[in-house]
Amino acid sequence: MTSPFPPDDLDRRLVIATQAGLPLVPRPYDLLAEQLGTSADEVKRRLAAMLETGRIRRIGAVPNHYAIGYTANGMSVWQIDPAVIDAVGERVGGLQSVTHCYRRPDHPPAWPYNLFAMVHGKSRAEVEAEVGRIATLIQAEFPGALGARDILFSTRILKKTGLRLGE
Amino acid sequence: MSARPAPAALDELDRRIINALQGGFPISDEPYREVAESLGTTEAELLARLERLLAAKVLTRFGPMFQIERLGGRFVLAAQAVPEDRFAEVTELVNALPEVAHNYRREHRLNMWFVLATETPDGIADATRRIEAATGLPVFAFPKLREFFVDMRLKA
Repeated sequence: MTSPFPPDDLDRRLVIATQAGLPLVPRPYDLLAEQLGTSADEVKRRLAAMLETGRIRRIGAVPNHYAIGYTANGMSVWQIDPAVIDAVGERVGGLQSVTHCYRRPDHPPAWPYNLFAMVHGKSRAEVEAEVGRIATLIQAEFPGALGARDILFSTRILKKTGLRLGE
Repeated sequence: MSARPAPAALDELDRRIINALQGGFPISDEPYREVAESLGTTEAELLARLERLLAAKVLTRFGPMFQIERLGGRFVLAAQAVPEDRFAEVTELVNALPEVAHNYRREHRLNMWFVLATETPDGIADATRRIEAATGLPVFAFPKLREFFVDMRLKA
């Protein structure tokens, strides 16, 4: 993991300048360079370096999944034998229907689940069927590894802003 | 508090733009022109449609997606079991914290799920304590122990 960057660093100013979005102008990196008092080549070099090191996952669009028709958003949660959880996570994370997959701590007895996989679909029934297929797949490929499971559907977005670094 | 938007009316070019732009965007002098050419449209048309898709909230963002842990920050998923008769009040208390980046109501005894995002690792414990103090309800933290390979793209 890279250490936090020092304040006033150009990378940090570049994060702050682009966290709301990339400018919608024909030469966006030139505009950023002008705003930051540097050259477009330097802006491009820094962005490429941040992509290379994984500090930027990608430059692109984030669709609102409701707006593009994925109205059912189920957080599937799984109680998986810790001995095989990483292999199960890789398998489930690689499925087309899964957009995020994480190993997280359980909180027994209230919360026995240690693997989380977000499944998006065009209806609740579609998500339930897909989660059923994932369960069958885990049972077939990792016999005895799956305990309890559940799906938590979201019923309302209460807030969605994303992280904002201080200006 | 925002309700979920209805699925938007998108034409075929909108869908191709959304699908294409979920991949890598060029780091070049005229990146919009490059993308427009690959989609068989013009730079002006692509920029106009991006503005419209963002204004209509079909796209929540367009730009670099930062991996905040690699910038020194932290993202932690957390949940609370909120009594129904306190749900609106607790939503206001939780959402008031700038560290709360997303918050969703979900169907479970743990019915409020939010993401805490802070610039430093210490900020998470502090935000958790403030939420517990403000709401009088325990916060269950679910820090990610491992992220598995995922493809976050959704086909429009």
